[in-house]
Amino acid sequence: MDVWVYAEQRNGELMSVAAELLGEGYRLSREIGDRKVCAVLVGGNVSHLIDELYAYGADKVYILEDPLLEKYTTDGYTKVIANAISEYKPEIFLFGATHIGRDLAPRIAARIDTGLTADSTSLAIDEQDKTLIQIKPAFGGNLMAKIICPVKRPQMTTVRPGVMKKKERDDQHKGELIKVPCNLDSSDINVEVVEVVITAKEQAFSADADIICAGGRGIGGTEGFEMLEQLAQKVGGVVGATRAATDAGWIDAACLIGQTGTTIKPKIYFACGISGAIQHVVGIEKSDIIIAINNDPDALIFSVADYGIVGDYKEIIPEIIAQWNLEG
Amino acid sequence: MKIIVCAKQVPDTTEVKIDKVKNTLIRDSAPSIMNYEDENALEEALRIKEQFPDSYITVISMGPPQAKDMLEECIAQGADEAILISDRELVGSDTWATSNVLAAGIRKLSGFDLILTGRQAIDGDTAQVGPQLAEKLGIPQVTYVKEVTVNDNEIIAKRTLENGYETLKLKTPCLLTVTRELNQPRYMTIKGIYNVKNQEIKVWNIKDINVDLTEVGLDASPTKVVESFVPTSKGKGTVIEADSAKEKVAILLEKLKEKHI
Repeated sequence: MDVWVYAEQRNGELMSVAAELLGEGYRLSREIGDRKVCAVLVGGNVSHLIDELYAYGADKVYILEDPLLEKYTTDGYTKVIANAISEYKPEIFLFGATHIGRDLAPRIAARIDTGLTADSTSLAIDEQDKTLIQIKPAFGGNLMAKIICPVKRPQMTTVRPGVMKKKERDDQHKGELIKVPCNLDSSDINVEVVEVVITAKEQAFSADADIICAGGRGIGGTEGFEMLEQLAQKVGGVVGATRAATDAGWIDAACLIGQTGTTIKPKIYFACGISGAIQHVVGIEKSDIIIAINNDPDALIFSVADYGIVGDYKEIIPEIIAQWNLEG
Repeated sequence: MKIIVCAKQVPDTTEVKIDKVKNTLIRDSAPSIMNYEDENALEEALRIKEQFPDSYITVISMGPPQAKDMLEECIAQGADEAILISDRELVGSDTWATSNVLAAGIRKLSGFDLILTGRQAIDGDTAQVGPQLAEKLGIPQVTYVKEVTVNDNEIIAKRTLENGYETLKLKTPCLLTVTRELNQPRYMTIKGIYNVKNQEIKVWNIKDINVDLTEVGLDASPTKVVESFVPTSKGKGTVIEADSAKEKVAILLEKLKEKHI
């Protein structure tokens, strides 16, 4: 009856969202009362991550190790995790809304016949019946929906990276380790992973960055993004983009922020040439300070920005680069 | 090759307006369109048919009667057959129930090699129905597909990751969910538009696909939407007024300093 968190790792490295979900899972488990938060760690050889999971608050770590789980496959991971759910019966199971989490969670939910909420942005425990209340955007972020799963268990949801708060890392904190047998056979896996290609450019985008310099349709092309890159270097941040800019091919799709992209909460968010469509705004509204630069004084972005500058970004950004004197 | 394309008619979410008093969508405010990534799925099916001309493309959709319009467009683009599963009892189905409906409809067809569908629909953005359908049909899946190569019964798919991609190999029958990167959908052809007149869109109800209310519809759905509301925005901030870009930026940095950023 515990709260489970999928501790997604890639290539033996823990994804940041795993620690975020442990933080949230910890909060939820205590809100239900007397429950544990447990990390589910799956892979070929991943035991080096156990201490990190304890440090981020895991009371228990369920480890599912098998050479056949070295690379992520829907088939292999679904089978071993679904079996673990049937064995240990968690109350709640949280997955990061990564490309892998969004591949795996629905397959598992279908196998064990439970409900799955997509990409929750906020979670809470109902005071009366202790069920999980899940809030998620719908209709392109124009509406928020409150969703429950009253009967089936576990209550499952994917959660966007960057939304939940990690607990402060405590390397002294230890928990209980449970080794789960996998009973996996190569005939269980029907998809062969031929290669995994990591492109260096895409790795540069980090949802954890303190400062994000983002551009939208108004940036007009790749040259504008080069200017944003210079700004990012000056202020110690990273470059992000709206769907209009990634669809136009001005910048890599991995930099997409907002609905269906990454949700962020930096200290400073520069929105340059961004109109402020609701799909984008839902991804940035948790930023501490939003600074909008747009030559259209009626742009919607000004209604969510803390500070707005009406003007051509090609004039404003070089000024910021020239005058920037704040500590990172 | 027998190809099934699963498509959904959706409100154009870039156009939708919200009734801020009732906290609901004003349905008539947005045109109904074919979900973008489903267009890419159909386009890929058409390209595979160009490669293997004896292929047969069936488009299947669950939705209200007016979704026939979308299916007629699919015929006009070159699909061979289109089926709408439509029944009042299906209203309120979540993704678990929806995948039951599509799986039941597909089982009624005479087999398939490949199912193509959009990664997610723009109204719910769940990306769940593809994988759930694959599970219920007991076939392998690849999601987020940006490139497909078909060699007889072997599929090679490139799947996007946040920081790259992976190349996967699998055998048919299988299901792929595709992204907009995959291809550029074509327009309807004159011949296709002519075909619409000769090609009746089949409409099936829940009896036709042999499902009951323990599997489909609002009551059977494990998840329930209990409330919807309009997201709150942060509230309007300050627009910095000054004569030059230089002065505006100076004021901005002064304000940031005051905030101890």
